[in-house]
Amino acid sequence: MARTLLDKVWEAHTVRVLPSGQTQLLIGLHLIHEVTTPQAFQMLKELKLKVRMPERTFGTLDHIIPTADQTRPYADPQAEEMAQHMYRNMKEFGLPLFDMASGKQGIVHVIGPELGLSQPGMTIACGDSHTSTHGAVGAIAFGIGTTQVRDVLATQCLAMAKPKLRQVRVEGTLARGVYAKDVILAIINQLGVKGGVGYAYEYAGPVIERMTMEERLTICNMSIEGGARCGYVSPDATTIEYLRGRPYAPKDGAFDRAATWWKSVATEPGAKFDDVARLDGAAIEPVVTWGINPGMSVGVSQKIPAPESAPETERPTFREALAHMGFQAGQPIKGARIDVAFVGSCTNGRLSDLRAAAEVAKKGKVAKHVRALIVPGSQQVAKAAEAEGLNEIFLAAGFQWRKAGCSMCLGMNDDKLQGREMSASSSNRNFIGRQGSPTGRTLLMSPAMVAAAAITGVVTDVREILK
Amino acid sequence: MSAADFKRRQVSGRGIPVAGNDIDTDRIIPARFLKAVTFEGMGEHAFEDAKKQNPEHPFNQKVYQGATVLVVGQNFGCGSSREHAPQALMRWGIRAMIGGSFGEIFFGNCVMLGIPCLRASQEDIEWLQREIGRAPQTPVAVDVERQEVRFGDRVIKATVPDGPRNQLVGGTWDSTAVLLEAGAAIEATARKLPYVTGW
Repeated sequence: MARTLLDKVWEAHTVRVLPSGQTQLLIGLHLIHEVTTPQAFQMLKELKLKVRMPERTFGTLDHIIPTADQTRPYADPQAEEMAQHMYRNMKEFGLPLFDMASGKQGIVHVIGPELGLSQPGMTIACGDSHTSTHGAVGAIAFGIGTTQVRDVLATQCLAMAKPKLRQVRVEGTLARGVYAKDVILAIINQLGVKGGVGYAYEYAGPVIERMTMEERLTICNMSIEGGARCGYVSPDATTIEYLRGRPYAPKDGAFDRAATWWKSVATEPGAKFDDVARLDGAAIEPVVTWGINPGMSVGVSQKIPAPESAPETERPTFREALAHMGFQAGQPIKGARIDVAFVGSCTNGRLSDLRAAAEVAKKGKVAKHVRALIVPGSQQVAKAAEAEGLNEIFLAAGFQWRKAGCSMCLGMNDDKLQGREMSASSSNRNFIGRQGSPTGRTLLMSPAMVAAAAITGVVTDVREILK
Repeated sequence: MSAADFKRRQVSGRGIPVAGNDIDTDRIIPARFLKAVTFEGMGEHAFEDAKKQNPEHPFNQKVYQGATVLVVGQNFGCGSSREHAPQALMRWGIRAMIGGSFGEIFFGNCVMLGIPCLRASQEDIEWLQREIGRAPQTPVAVDVERQEVRFGDRVIKATVPDGPRNQLVGGTWDSTAVLLEAGAAIEATARKLPYVTGW
């Protein structure tokens, strides 16, 4: 019988079936960062345990680090303490840390694929919900909590139930000005923010097959916003060419042997899924969220819907969203005034994202009332962008060019919204309070759409600027 | 703790209803509180911003102080994987949750802390939230093993998937010890993977 990638990877990593009925699953790659690990290391010390497979564990600093002045000690004493804990724990347990001095630091979900650490057929875990990102290379990757981080450190395993599998097919072709971000926001809008609970998502169909690896990373990144703990794209020629030459990818003859194995884990033709969902790629226009979860979105030419259009149980959240955002049902999303523009995050902080934003930034200057930040996803992304002069384009247009980190996606450093500021953001969550101000407001969109909003000062259809 | 202390067959205590769907972990514990290197003191920040913005928030109400059973809507705990969210609720005093559905990582984090999360129908959730509001002193008796919840003289059905239920009821939710029991089978599994052995 034809098998899926999920079937094959799950089977290859099964250590045993636990008395609870769950699988004891071996984790092939454990990525860690400063925020969700100090308590896990503390528990490990209390249990007098070592890290089971230190060679399969890699760390970086991303959530709390400042993106303007990175001089140590950091201005925020809590951030400094967190960084110090990370350095101390990594040293004590003999684990590699990609810090600023390494030149390889960045958002954990940007550097994993970039360094070639994340590979097809692996199981990957990290104490961060956006670990689903790594599924783009054909891995089964999921976010875990801190106590599970302890488990992976101590045993290299997790107790997991195998999810059901839904294939999400995006048919047809995308129009110009429509990006991977728009596709995943459209998927979440169609299937709902809890539609994926209990499922892994396999993204497929002509639109996904034609996507570059960076576009696939954006798609898989937001699986969790659709409720799915992991999402992946079966490995193909794009995957293999992406990995070739990366620092932690196999070299020479080993690469060819690896490529053969990587292809062997792909979903086979005729494999059965628990469910199949379809979207028409040609029908997707640039998407903007108007509410307080990532499923509350419309095409940029559309109007904000009325609560009555939603099922009755959803209406209270709907009304709360309109009240929080200060929007009226029936109001067009286009023209909504913004205060802040943010391009960055594990969703859209890669080189192709910065290129797309720069293409728009060339067409104007940041509006006077807008504060605009470009935060590269990693030091290597920053370096590559600077090599092709993207930083100069941004600076000339009035954007701030920052250092790599999670930044205003979640406001754990000093990049935060103030008061009720409205942000056009290339990040992944528009939850109340997400960008650092309890009353702040977030409109999620593609990096090109963020740049368009930055220069016009309002939500704008980027297709009109790119004409 | 002895092995018996880990068993979560039944949890009983006063209830606290938090209405609304899709309440995410940023709402349960805002990111600025994640900068602490321990979970201590996390309880006082549960729903911090929601409490400030709404004086009527159940976590503000005197009548619900000391409650242990949280009753919530659909997709509770969606979003970020931060274990700080269930840690904050647990340290506030919550020992069990009943909801329409739960975010998956949040649910798993709760199991790791020995907090059962049971799913009930929308109708039953609304009923239970309403009744707790009317009679907040009445205990909510959660029976994890039998998958039911008793309030007053009514019993509603509330489910937990087999795996987590077995862990909670059997007291094996503290998973490190269980996973360590596999011993050399862990390395044996790793040795069969070409990316571990070096192609």
